Amino acid sequence: MLLDMFMTFFKVGAFTIGGGYAMIPIIQEEVVEKKSWIEEEEFLDIIAVAQGSPGPVAINTSIFVGYRLKGLRGAITCMLATALPSFLIILLIAMVFFQHRNNPVVEKVFFGIRPAVVALIGSAVYKMYRSSRIKGMRLLIAILSTAIIVFTNISPIYLILAGGIGAILYYRNKERDVQS
Amino acid sequence: MSNILKLFLSFFKIGAFSFGGGYAMLPLMKETVIDIHGWMTNSEFIDILAISEMTPGPIAINMATFLGYRVSGILGSIVATLSVILPSFIVMSLIFYFVNKFKNSPYSDYFFRGIRPIVLGLIASAAISVAMDAYVDLKSVIISLIIFYLVAFKKLNAIYAIILAGLMGLMVY
Repeated sequence: MLLDMFMTFFKVGAFTIGGGYAMIPIIQEEVVEKKSWIEEEEFLDIIAVAQGSPGPVAINTSIFVGYRLKGLRGAITCMLATALPSFLIILLIAMVFFQHRNNPVVEKVFFGIRPAVVALIGSAVYKMYRSSRIKGMRLLIAILSTAIIVFTNISPIYLILAGGIGAILYYRNKERDVQS
Repeated sequence: MSNILKLFLSFFKIGAFSFGGGYAMLPLMKETVIDIHGWMTNSEFIDILAISEMTPGPIAINMATFLGYRVSGILGSIVATLSVILPSFIVMSLIFYFVNKFKNSPYSDYFFRGIRPIVLGLIASAAISVAMDAYVDLKSVIISLIIFYLVAFKKLNAIYAIILAGLMGLMVY
């Protein structure tokens, strides 16, 4: 069983390109549909927990699925299996890449690629803005946090803590007002 | 402090404070590896980011493996990779053993409602800071606009976007 779990999550880790969110449908297909290890509904709960916790969402999901199937040993197995393919591939690239980084052809290619990275992050901002319906006060908070990061040395950690704790206080008071 | 210990603490911190997916953690990652420790230059950071887009796995793990290797070889890459996923492991273990207490709490709901706009802001700032290094002339701005249009409006896949941009770089530089 542990070996089967390892192989499954290794495959998930090896074949999903483009960040953690791309892995979720693949994990779902393997774990819910093919192997029937976990019910659809429970899987959706796991995703919600994984998204709401720090760290890469694919790693969180695999840890939780591992726990559900085989306890602590399962959690460690699935976690390492998910991380291993990307670890091995990047290690290989790291060993080779920096020897060729000053090659003129590689340099030209990366002059083109760097602005594309801006475009990819920019389109993630655009899509998130469109889908999350952040507006009014919350949009102002988003713009302010951008400005703080760009223009000051304040660590993003403080912004995350301020946003999270501020929201807890704000919504708790709001709920009290509604009740009273 | 030895480099291994620094790698452990840095990537543990990055893992612990990364909410909202890979891009949202870029400002923290940049602060830690460039501003605090000077482990790499801005353009190296962007290049690794580009490589992460084309290789499997979460960006955080790719970054950790790459940087760990640069700073302290294979041992460094193992330490950095494990440190970045350790907070996940701790938090998911706590949730697994105390799941019912978490599920009913409205506070975690409030927390995430609160950080969502911050996450959007963090990702936007990542785009700006990458742009400051990636936009070296008018040609690079044009490449960026073309790729943005194709990805945001024509649903071009990230891997093809990077290959296309690499070809454009080869042609115009």
